[in-house]
Amino acid sequence: MDSTERELLQLIEKNGRLATGTIAKLMGITEDETKQILEKLEKEKVILGYSAIIDWTKGTEEGAVTAMIDVKVTPKRGVGFDKVAERIYRFPEVKAVYLMSGVYDLSVSIEGKTMAEVGRFVSEKLSTIDSVISTTTHFILKKYKHDGLVFSDNDEDKRIVVSP
Amino acid sequence: MITEPTSKYLSNTVQSIQPSGIRRFFDLASSMENVISLGVGEPDFVTPWNVIEASYHSLEQGYTAYTANAGLFELRKEISRYMKRRFGVTYSAEDEMVVTVGASQAIDIALRAVLNPGEEVIVVEPSFVSYAPTVTLAGGIPVPVNTYSEDDFKLQPEQIEAAITDKTKVLMLCSPNNPTGTVLSKGDLERIAEVVEKHDLLVISDEIYAELTYDEPYTSFPAVKNMRDRTILISGFSKAFAMTGWRLGFACGPKAILQAMLKIHQYTMMCAPTMAQHAALEALVNGQKDVVKMKESYRQRRSLVIHALEEMGLSCHVPGGAFYVFPSIEKTGLSSEEFAEQLLMKEQVAVVPGSVFGKSGEGHVRCSYATSVQKLEEAMRRIDRFLQTL
Repeated sequence: MDSTERELLQLIEKNGRLATGTIAKLMGITEDETKQILEKLEKEKVILGYSAIIDWTKGTEEGAVTAMIDVKVTPKRGVGFDKVAERIYRFPEVKAVYLMSGVYDLSVSIEGKTMAEVGRFVSEKLSTIDSVISTTTHFILKKYKHDGLVFSDNDEDKRIVVSP
Repeated sequence: MITEPTSKYLSNTVQSIQPSGIRRFFDLASSMENVISLGVGEPDFVTPWNVIEASYHSLEQGYTAYTANAGLFELRKEISRYMKRRFGVTYSAEDEMVVTVGASQAIDIALRAVLNPGEEVIVVEPSFVSYAPTVTLAGGIPVPVNTYSEDDFKLQPEQIEAAITDKTKVLMLCSPNNPTGTVLSKGDLERIAEVVEKHDLLVISDEIYAELTYDEPYTSFPAVKNMRDRTILISGFSKAFAMTGWRLGFACGPKAILQAMLKIHQYTMMCAPTMAQHAALEALVNGQKDVVKMKESYRQRRSLVIHALEEMGLSCHVPGGAFYVFPSIEKTGLSSEEFAEQLLMKEQVAVVPGSVFGKSGEGHVRCSYATSVQKLEEAMRRIDRFLQTL
């Protein structure tokens, strides 16, 4: 990866909605070059997708429940943890799966409409998988910061309008 | 002019100084809604958290008393290391340095320490609005030397020579410059140094924007051959570390001059705020990675703005540093003040008329690109629309 690609990735990692024209001007390259680099990085799966970070607690009655589950598993011979992880991450309720160092093996993040729904998933789907030895479920009570973004409104410009 | 009866008590010197032209634009812009301001002379970042946290911690630990007049010794030692590491200049933390309330106070005490009544100070214009008044308040006479857009606002040594009289004592330099963003290269500084040496001048070098240069490696004036012992170097934490409100700067220079400055500082200021000094210490020890990040972001936005100005046909040299562009608005036929005022009224974009930075700033406006990409793009659209109406 060269420095131009890295600079572009850092820009869109912070704001995935930056227009290619804006990216081009910020980086001092042409819009065509920008498009080419983006296409290349998408094709190589360096860029996997573009998503929005949403505060679901605002403007919606439903909301969502997120749980982080520590999962201990017995690794499968020949494929290690990967096969077990795959059986878990294919469920659409599962938002993230990480292999961890430490006292448990997989960290699984699950989203559901209610606590009961998440609970059902853990007891019926997750803990019944062959290799899963144990699960510990932690419900998220409040999100303060996610993917580098703070969930608060205190970000207005506090500078005086004109200064020397 | 003040005509109240109590004005008779005012000193002649203070009465001779005009309030900054920036003031009027501040009042005007403050009274309006939906303004996008490109008139702000400070970073748009909040101070890095580790720096704020270090200051909290110092307060929790009860560090609420005065420090040594010259500043916390730990901080001075760190400034000494920093100057050596970043700019290759060596100053003793013991007696060649003073920590001040912003670079502004450092400039004030530097001028007061060296000027006798009537001595002249060459001020390179367009310049930061405080230089000339501060010279006047110190009893000196500011002598403007103009720089021009055709030289990319670089100071030409011949122009210094032309301004020198038998009263000239000090040359004030500012690179990267506010408002032009111009950076003087090593070669430029060496040519200036020749004149300085020939006429035995003292240089006050305001290097507050030194960390924010984008094209060439930065040369600090005291790093130029034979210049260290005829330079008072002024710097601070405001711009590089996004710490304007902390009011913390410093001055470095030869012992005799720094000790004289310290004398003024100890009688008029005691010391810089203790909590800000603890913050600054953290900034120097662990803050360089944030400086790099912020600088990268300024560099990108400089590119965005230069590109946009080019597209709308406003000519502008590419400024090598700071976070200002200084485009020419001459082709509009408006004065810089008319341009700024009409732009503010019609499109709610605040820029600063070049004329407030000195006569040679006329025909230009200062736009700060230390604001979000989204606001910059919107401001550029509005300026473009404004130009179409002229």
